[in-house]
Amino acid sequence: MSDIKQNSDGDGAGDSDSDGAGETLVAAPILRVRDLSVEFSVPSADGIFGGRRALTAVNGVSFDLHAGETLGVVGESGCGKSTLARAILQLLPASRGEVVWMGEDLVGHPGLRERRRDLQIIFQDPLASLNPRMTAGDIVAEPLRTHRGEIGRAERRRLVAEMFERVGLSPVMVNRYPHEFSGGQCQRIGIARAMILRPRLILCDEPVSALDVSIQAQIVNLLEDLQREFGMALIFISHDLSVVRHICHRVMVLYLGRVVEVAERDILYRSPRHPYTRALMSAVPIPDPRIERERRRVVLEGDLPSPLDPPSGCIFRGRCSYARSRCAEEVPVLEELGGQSVACHFHNDI
Amino acid sequence: MNTKPSAATLEAALNAPRVHGRGVWGDAARRLFRNKAAVASMVVLAVIVLLAVFAPWLSVYAIDDIDWDNIQAPPDFAARHWFGTDGNGRDLFVRTLYGGRASLAVGVLATAVSLVIGVAYGSVAGYIGGRVDTVMMRFVDVMYSLPFMFFVIVLVAVFGRNFILIFVAIGAVEWLTMARIVRGQTLSIKRREFVEAAHAIGVPSHRIILRHTLPNVLGPVIVYATLTVPQVILIESFLSFLGLGIQEPLSSWGVLISEGAKVIEVAPWMLIFPGLFLAVTLFCFNFIGDGMRDALDPKDR
Repeated sequence: MSDIKQNSDGDGAGDSDSDGAGETLVAAPILRVRDLSVEFSVPSADGIFGGRRALTAVNGVSFDLHAGETLGVVGESGCGKSTLARAILQLLPASRGEVVWMGEDLVGHPGLRERRRDLQIIFQDPLASLNPRMTAGDIVAEPLRTHRGEIGRAERRRLVAEMFERVGLSPVMVNRYPHEFSGGQCQRIGIARAMILRPRLILCDEPVSALDVSIQAQIVNLLEDLQREFGMALIFISHDLSVVRHICHRVMVLYLGRVVEVAERDILYRSPRHPYTRALMSAVPIPDPRIERERRRVVLEGDLPSPLDPPSGCIFRGRCSYARSRCAEEVPVLEELGGQSVACHFHNDI
Repeated sequence: MNTKPSAATLEAALNAPRVHGRGVWGDAARRLFRNKAAVASMVVLAVIVLLAVFAPWLSVYAIDDIDWDNIQAPPDFAARHWFGTDGNGRDLFVRTLYGGRASLAVGVLATAVSLVIGVAYGSVAGYIGGRVDTVMMRFVDVMYSLPFMFFVIVLVAVFGRNFILIFVAIGAVEWLTMARIVRGQTLSIKRREFVEAAHAIGVPSHRIILRHTLPNVLGPVIVYATLTVPQVILIESFLSFLGLGIQEPLSSWGVLISEGAKVIEVAPWMLIFPGLFLAVTLFCFNFIGDGMRDALDPKDR
């Protein structure tokens, strides 16, 4: 990931750009998520007649997203990042809470199919997200067919060719099939499909974690360029903190389906307040062996607790070296601290 | 790659010859044609189909012409009874070819019927899932449990003997397996990310089924269909053997075999020739089906 970091350090224009976006965030948010929870019903462990119990994959997540903003969502595997993305897009039913898109609650909304043209998603596995029986051109054209039926064939072909060019693919390849492309090219096709309707929000569900490092940088830069050009908001889900640092304006840290910390990027990376965020930060390798050797790591002990049987009070207390008796009794709420919100009782003492 | 494409380069790219990809189907076809058994079977099957189609012009005898001089006669090239005659003095060559018409028509049409019903039913049940799926598939289970012969006999008793009825009866039984196969495949396909992507785009359900899940289940469906054709031909032969199928003077391989079986000691040619045609046809379909399965097998890719 080092080359992305270098890129971000050397790219002064990119930094000022993100600062500019930070200043213009005065209008109403385009997406408002409140207390969103997703539950799955799973068979319980005690035999086939044990009935079913609820697994809460996403628990009371709230956040705002403004036009043109990039929100990073980080957390370890199984913390509910992808589930959150799918619940926002209504691909999974929310058990509680609301997802307000441009003033309309999407949960159980009848005109949802129309709204979908503004909300798109890019998937983790580039090849699996493309239909193997369709040509790349047909795949990219599908949103147009669905939402812009009035566009004729010739015009549609022109738009698809333009989009191919825009994401760095040669338009002569429109008649090829997905398996004939490399992983990075497949992800470009996925981006072209998501971008062709000029959506206002794209959810990127780990868009680069299946790609190798040099390709990752290309794809991340492509997303940034597209965002600069078309001004869509991004929700960027990743477990890679360096990539998130490079592309995001704000970062939300999830643990076991709950938000433990949200902050402006620079604040979060400079002074993480939640012990979990600190542990995550200290796990990022530093590409300088001297510093790397000398720094003190916060090593988390134990595993992620089972979401079927989450601990009482603070969900992180089982792995937290600062845990006290209050942590077992009281669920910490997100506390606003100026550009940073933390869900920890003792964030001041740490 | 980060620069905005200029109008000129875009124009050039649009006018450039497009690269045509090798589709999944194209690849499969190429592999199928490399399979010698499958290709040979296709050739033999084509010959049999052509013989059946052009039957009236291939012999001087009509299907119900009776040659009073040659009753139950062995093959006789001078009299142009190449396969001999049956107990009524009718030319067996013509009857075998006509029988092929009936058997192949039943085989292909009943398979088509079962294909249409089974694919539609299975993909809807699999795609919708949940309670709808449970109800639809339990109905299939109930249909499965009905004894097939009993079902056919009831149909014949109610509607009388009828060529169409054979399609209905066989199709009504064969679609059940097809529906199960399609449903199972659809269940696994609909969890794939490209279907989720189509959902996210807002593609309506019927289009998702038609454009996304269905094309991806067609591989196993085609394989099963080619294996259904011989099965249906066998069922038709069985029904005809029991006297529930094709009516005189028309014939099918099943009817001819049943007649031949009665006189196997005195006129073996009456069993051998139609039996040979049936067996060769069944082999061909099975080889083609095997070839297709190998050609479409994703593990081979």
